Amino acid sequence: MNGEVQTVQQTTSVTVSESRVREVVGAAVAKCGATREDLVPILTEINHVLGYIPPEAFNEVSRVLHTPIGQLFSVASFYQMLSTKPRGRHVIQFCESAPCHVVGGGAVWKALQDAVHLVPGETSPDGKWTLRTTSCLGVCAVGPVITVDEDIYGNITPKQVNEILERYE
Amino acid sequence: MKAVRSLVLVSSDSESMAKGALDVHARLQQEIAAFGLSDEIAVAMVSDIGRHDAAPLVIVYPEAVVYGPVTPNDVRFLVEEHLFKGRLAAGLQLPARELSGRIAWISARKGTLPAEQRIVMERAGVIDPEDIEDYIAHNGYEALGKCITEMKPADVIAEIAKSGLRGRGGAGFPSGAKLKAVAQAPGAPKYVICNADESEPGTFKDRLILEGDPHSIIEAMAIAAYAVGASEGFIYVRGEYMLAQARLTTAIVQAREYGMLGQSIFGTGFSFDIHIHSGAGAYICGEETALIESIEGKRGEPRARPPYPTTHGLWGKPTLVNNVETLANLPAIVRNGAAWYKSFGTPSSPGTKVYTILGHVNMTGLIEVPMGITLREVITIYGKGMRSGSGFKLAQTGGSSGSIIPASLQDTPMDFDSFNKAGVSLGSGALLICDEDTCVVDLTRVLLKFFKNESCGKCGPCRIGTQRAYQLLTNLSEGTGTLHDLADLEMIADGLTQLSNCGLGQTAAVPIRDMLKYFRAEVEAHIKLKVCPAGACTLRVLS
Repeated sequence: MNGEVQTVQQTTSVTVSESRVREVVGAAVAKCGATREDLVPILTEINHVLGYIPPEAFNEVSRVLHTPIGQLFSVASFYQMLSTKPRGRHVIQFCESAPCHVVGGGAVWKALQDAVHLVPGETSPDGKWTLRTTSCLGVCAVGPVITVDEDIYGNITPKQVNEILERYE
Repeated sequence: MKAVRSLVLVSSDSESMAKGALDVHARLQQEIAAFGLSDEIAVAMVSDIGRHDAAPLVIVYPEAVVYGPVTPNDVRFLVEEHLFKGRLAAGLQLPARELSGRIAWISARKGTLPAEQRIVMERAGVIDPEDIEDYIAHNGYEALGKCITEMKPADVIAEIAKSGLRGRGGAGFPSGAKLKAVAQAPGAPKYVICNADESEPGTFKDRLILEGDPHSIIEAMAIAAYAVGASEGFIYVRGEYMLAQARLTTAIVQAREYGMLGQSIFGTGFSFDIHIHSGAGAYICGEETALIESIEGKRGEPRARPPYPTTHGLWGKPTLVNNVETLANLPAIVRNGAAWYKSFGTPSSPGTKVYTILGHVNMTGLIEVPMGITLREVITIYGKGMRSGSGFKLAQTGGSSGSIIPASLQDTPMDFDSFNKAGVSLGSGALLICDEDTCVVDLTRVLLKFFKNESCGKCGPCRIGTQRAYQLLTNLSEGTGTLHDLADLEMIADGLTQLSNCGLGQTAAVPIRDMLKYFRAEVEAHIKLKVCPAGACTLRVLS
């Protein structure tokens, strides 16, 4: 490893302007610090503001932290809450762990599939939805649980799925 | 503090917040003002525990009347009836027959009902978690003061060791021994880490401790730091726990203002401060060495152990890593003494345990009870029996990494040693109670899917073993499995246990083994008869 910074090729059609990326990365570094220990908080902050971590942001973080892009990508791809791909306007998360499964999670999953027609991890062509499955959302007493963005919905029945999704533009 | 006639508490756990607790709180204040009662009635947000199905709850003291679920539109009626006219707001009250552990516990304080024993959750739901003065008024920071002004570090460790406290994260390691190991380890600086990366499915006890009583963890970490000689601490909070992070952040700021954190605490030479580190979504980061890697800004992949974090932890320095619930015991032990603590629980596992009760029971939620009560007691007393009269088939303990416990073991006392003897494990405290409509193959398949997804991939036995086991279990649940697959599953389970680098892979084998040990006939029915006895699996009909 020679520490040389390599440029990641643009692979997505969704673009965020470079000045915007620099601004967001700058703010994240100002908030979280500029050492290697601050990397996960920095990436989390960028992900939070932009919805995902675009290639330009990796370039910029790499420059600021003097860390090779490969290492940054290795960290970013490890954590479930960080995304290196653009996500839809709304992210639906479905909990597929055992406590939600035994109280009827499977039927809710079917209803979700019928509603959005996406496979786990996929984003709808109109950019409205991203569907993700997750291991646990930590609100197990009210399973089955789904979240839409930061809204938590518990004790979900298959019938409620459409009604919930209709609330989002 | 001003004296008031009534105190109105609004639950503010995540469920309540999601269901509009903030609106209820705002409306309460409006309506109380509209009735001209602002001077005699106080309204506060508290973390509630135990009744998530009726969230948000409104509790009116001193009568301890519990209303729920309360919507903003109910508030005017509630204020007019109960607070203005002085009678119960009919229809809003929780039915008496559904009184939860939490409410039973409130009543128990008046000496009427058998109930829970709260040590670590003592203040959660009683105090305002965003007010350090409320915490101090409830014996808060008394234990820290006692430690650093009256006790030597070695005395603190001796007291904890004498109490018999064992780690509540799942492994049950004696806490006194761990403190001692870090205190004696050469090297400086030393660190204290609170493991709040609670990601076991079904477990949310730590979240409720953090949301309901954040100062107790700050106090406990300071005590631990004093005992081992650390001056810096980290709380690694699961990324999804945004409310807990916010409460902790507020608590740390307040603790610094009041001199409970920072330079020369209580005017002594002891200095200590705490940083919050947010996780970013990785179950494996609950493993202590993966957690340390993650704080260092790396992928959360477990290190090889030994050396253990007690000697080579964060940045290679001696580090104490403890679960939230374990830490929350420390102030109470210091305040009341080891002998008092040993009066709860069983001789080998003193103290209490916080359980989350889930699944097919009438009442889901959280309880804190002495170590050693049985599964049958949990189901009948606290779970209020099985839902819709169905029979109890099995319980899955401790999130994914616990055991599958058949009904035949439901009278085993739940403590570390009794469970060890019975060949099952207590895990992190989740009790997923399943009825006869639950298929053990389907359940194990879901558990292995979890391990397959959450395996960090660093070591082969776990990465490949969990994937392969999941495939075989999927075949079984679809009716395409063979008896040979069962032999393969046993071999994979052995490989996972013996060859995996960390606890994730090792415990992934547990549900497979339990399934084959306790439910072999049911599993074989999927193969030989192409039938799912519980009716949960959709078997493919082969032509």
